[in-house]
Amino acid sequence: MLEIRNLHARIAEDGTEIIRGLNLTVKAGEVAAIMGPNGSGKSTLSYILSGRSDYEVTEGDILYNGESILELDPSERAAKGVFLAFQYPVEIPGVATMQFLKVALNEQRKFRGEAELSTPDFIRRVKEAAAKLQINPDMLKRPLNVGFSGGEKKRAEILQMALLEPKLCILDETDSGLDIDALKIVADGVNALRSPDRAVIVITHYQRLLEYIVPDSVHVLYKGQVIKSGDKSLALDLEANGYADIIDAAA
Amino acid sequence: MNIQTAIKMTAAETALVDAYTAQIGDLIGDGAVLSARDTLVHGLKTQGLPTRRVESWHYTDLRALLRTVPAADPTAFAERVEPLVAGSSVLTVLNGKADPKTAPAGINVRSYAESLADGVAAPDLIERGPDDAIGRINGSFVRDGFEIEIPEGTELEVPLEIQLVQSLGQSHTRFPVTFGAGAKATIIERHLSVSDAPSLVTSVSDLILDEGAEITWIILQQQGAADSHLGQVNFDLGTNAQLKLFVINAGAKLVRQEIHGVTTGEGADFKLRGINLLGGETHTDVTFTLGHDVPNTTSTEVIRNVLFDRAKGVFQGQIRVAPDAQKTDAKMACNTLLLSDDADFSAKPELEIFADDVQCGHGATVIDINPTHLYYLQARGIPENKARAMLVNAFVDEIVEELENEALIETLETIIANWLEKHA
Repeated sequence: MLEIRNLHARIAEDGTEIIRGLNLTVKAGEVAAIMGPNGSGKSTLSYILSGRSDYEVTEGDILYNGESILELDPSERAAKGVFLAFQYPVEIPGVATMQFLKVALNEQRKFRGEAELSTPDFIRRVKEAAAKLQINPDMLKRPLNVGFSGGEKKRAEILQMALLEPKLCILDETDSGLDIDALKIVADGVNALRSPDRAVIVITHYQRLLEYIVPDSVHVLYKGQVIKSGDKSLALDLEANGYADIIDAAA
Repeated sequence: MNIQTAIKMTAAETALVDAYTAQIGDLIGDGAVLSARDTLVHGLKTQGLPTRRVESWHYTDLRALLRTVPAADPTAFAERVEPLVAGSSVLTVLNGKADPKTAPAGINVRSYAESLADGVAAPDLIERGPDDAIGRINGSFVRDGFEIEIPEGTELEVPLEIQLVQSLGQSHTRFPVTFGAGAKATIIERHLSVSDAPSLVTSVSDLILDEGAEITWIILQQQGAADSHLGQVNFDLGTNAQLKLFVINAGAKLVRQEIHGVTTGEGADFKLRGINLLGGETHTDVTFTLGHDVPNTTSTEVIRNVLFDRAKGVFQGQIRVAPDAQKTDAKMACNTLLLSDDADFSAKPELEIFADDVQCGHGATVIDINPTHLYYLQARGIPENKARAMLVNAFVDEIVEELENEALIETLETIIANWLEKHA
């Protein structure tokens, strides 16, 4: 589903290279965890996959379902099924949450040539998805993410993911700032979306989230490259021994 | 000795002065009214229209900007339109001609033409000061309007829409409105145009709020692309009176909307909320002065401006706190979304504080669309142009949402969305 080939990328503004020859393949149905120390390029990778213009790809390619997506803007990538759950969801005063959800859903449907959802159908879907994530309906009456707690913001991201039904889900440190109950709710939300035609990339610092969202593969990112890949036991190993040994071995 | 330097009159100044002479036999008014008009026209003749050398007109050089004045055309035709909010009471002013017959029960309305004819209006026809060009032009030519009294304790269940529909030519109206103690009402002063031909519209509203009156007054200006709009609202707030004034500019080529108020009773509260949607080659100026004249009065002013193309905008806000007006609390903000490199906005806040125990503040920001907000919306599949429109809308919608009438909020949101769709 996703194939990243020898990717090099830098910050557009100052030219700092962050991703330095990254290779990664994620198959449909797979849950891949990406771990790595601070500053290794994990969040940057998620932004580049989603098409954020602050970063420039200088070499290599990103193939999604066999096609390069480098030339697509973020909205086109989203409409094709790429979803990034943000580490820091953005507060947008003045944009009502429900209006945002409806426009996003219908714009994606429009892009794919599908009919728009009727309002009752839309509201029913939101209510069902919100209930599963234990989201208070009052939250949806507020402007987008404004005044949401850290945990509420993360749940709102998963709600968006559930409604938009993407094919490639990228979770950027979705566990940060969550207490253990919220973590479980979020993990259940993600697990409910696991399916043979959908891939999930979980970016995290800690093994803890991976107890709830059990990965098929684990990849260690360091200085903009994947330096080691393995199965879920690699995450346990990292938890016990830290990154130092792997980094030394790769050097 | 008083030497008046003779000025070389511009085409617009000549047109105004000549129009006065031409209409002299036709202008309504008793002796007192006519002599008040003569005084005002004399001011116009000797001082001309204000230039940037007059401080309060520094950013709006009316003499340079008001190039021509369309001739008054008494035969011009305009028709009543549907009110903004279905079920509202409507008073119409069609091409400057007011019709008091549709006044709702419970309030007293008479046409201002009558007040001019019997001289009741004479004391109104004065300048606020030497720089009061709007008062001068309006007072010289005013022909109609409404004198409205909302008696003590009256609550209007539905909004009262004063609908000023203009097709072409000139319209000069006045609206002295008194709100009795405890009166509650929402009034919409709606200026719109039904043709592309140029118009000059001047309008002065004088609002007096008695004790405890709670009034929402909305000025919605949607005149045509060739029109000039010179508006003025004056208000006086009594004890515990509350006035929320919404000013929305979404039209005309040249706009000067003045707002001048005083708080004269303790506990009075004033709120100004402004939205300026500016595009094309237009010039729009909102000038505001407020005197906190007695202790314990409050005010907040929030102005949101969106500029496209080569539009120019101005906000001047002056808050004066009198020496014994302790515990005044006044906050003013002017936020501008500048969406074109060729657009231009000037904000000039002024605080004159003569009391020592007060809270006063002001702030002005100029921003572009927040790229992180734009990226977030795009990352959810919303195409860039649509995402931009949503963010511009959000910027001004925060103001609209402060209204309490849901139907009115919805209508204004539609008007704003349509405007943005046309200009973005």
